[in-house]
This record gives sequence, C-alpha cells and structure tokens, in this order.
Amino acid sequence: MVTVVFLGKLADLAGAPSLSLGAPLDWAGLRAALPKALAEVLDDPRNRVAVNGVLVADKAGLRAGAGDEIALLPPVSGG
Amino acid sequence: MRDIRLLDRLFIPGALIGPFTNANPGLGGVCTFVGEVRSDNGVEALELTHYEPLTLPGMHELADSAFARFDLMGLLMVHRVGVMHPGEPIVCVSAAARHRRDAIGAVDFCMDHLKSAAWFWKREKRSGQWHWIEPREQDRADLARWHEPI
Repeated sequence: MVTVVFLGKLADLAGAPSLSLGAPLDWAGLRAALPKALAEVLDDPRNRVAVNGVLVADKAGLRAGAGDEIALLPPVSGG
Repeated sequence: MRDIRLLDRLFIPGALIGPFTNANPGLGGVCTFVGEVRSDNGVEALELTHYEPLTLPGMHELADSAFARFDLMGLLMVHRVGVMHPGEPIVCVSAAARHRRDAIGAVDFCMDHLKSAAWFWKREKRSGQWHWIEPREQDRADLARWHEPI
C-alpha cells in the first residue's frame, strides 16, 4: 500500500488526514482515487508533492511503490 | 551551541534563554525573539500543523544557512506545533555572537524564513469555527529582503 498524507486545508478537501491506496501508484492513479475537487486543486503548481520526505520536481512523473508515503502540501502559512 | 526543536506543548522561553546563554561562554551579545499568539480579531485558538519528514529538517537547513551567513557562536530555534491559545509562545529564536549585528541579523533572518518558508500550516478558531490562514504577502516581502543581490 501507498500512504497518502494531506496537509493543511487539503485534509479538509480529502475528508481525512491520510489515505491508503494500492501500489504502485502514479500521478493519474492518485488523481483518480481522490475526490474531484481535490484532484483539480492538486494541479495548481503552488501545491507541492513529496515522496518519502523528498519534494517531487515534476508531479506528473510521480511514482510510488509499496510502503512509500506521498505527502500533498498546500502553500505554507508560516509559523 | 545549536539547539533546534519542535515542541508539541507549552514552553517557557525564559527557561531556555539562561541555559543557552551559559552554553556560549565568551559571547559578546545575545538577541532573542519570542512570538506569541495574538489575542486580536476574536481568535480563540491557533493550530499549527507540521509534516515530520520536512519541517524539522527544514529548520536544520535554515540554521545551517544562518551559521553560513552570520558569524554565530550559538543558535536556539524552538517552534511550537499543535493547538495554542492567545498569550502562549509559538516561537523562540535566540542567537549568540561575538558582535551584536550578527546576533540581531541572524534572529531577523531566521524569523523571516520561519514565517514564510517553513513547513507549517496554520488555522485559527474564531466563534467556534476553524479557518485556514493563507500565506501573507508581507511575509513574502520580508523573506525577499534576504535574497536581493548585494
């Protein structure tokens, strides 16, 4: 399984702080598994993606395997 | 002396400063900033969310940048996460240096980066409802000051 973690207001759109999806998972598979409103928001370049704590430069090239953790990160609002 | 921490419960900044100062013998100055939850706009509570794999490593990278940019002897950077109430401290940054400008500059530098480039998400509770806080343009402008060509 791949764990998907939603940060900030993305957790509200997802309806939960995290989700488990089947592996392997690519960008199209992730978008398809999420509520439509959330999938559309993710296309906004200000929303970043990390896999296992490393930011992904090209979201469309996302590849996650079993045991990986994907984090969906909206713009930070600061400390 | 370098002390970088994320805390999930109330802390007393004053209790950190004495030991931090003592841990940097021979210093010429210490500059400390403490940020607290403001009690304006009917804010009942503030919640800061972080993402473990990015937030603390990001604070360590910020400390590395501060040590590279300023002539520091020590840096203390403590940040709260979780639910806080007005009057509670959110952040404490303290820098010890041989000369005041490095201490003052390092604290200013760290605060501007913590306020707009660190991995935190913030929401406020007003009238019993939670509202996410969007990034502020002023915070971005404050950050940009450090990246202008010299």
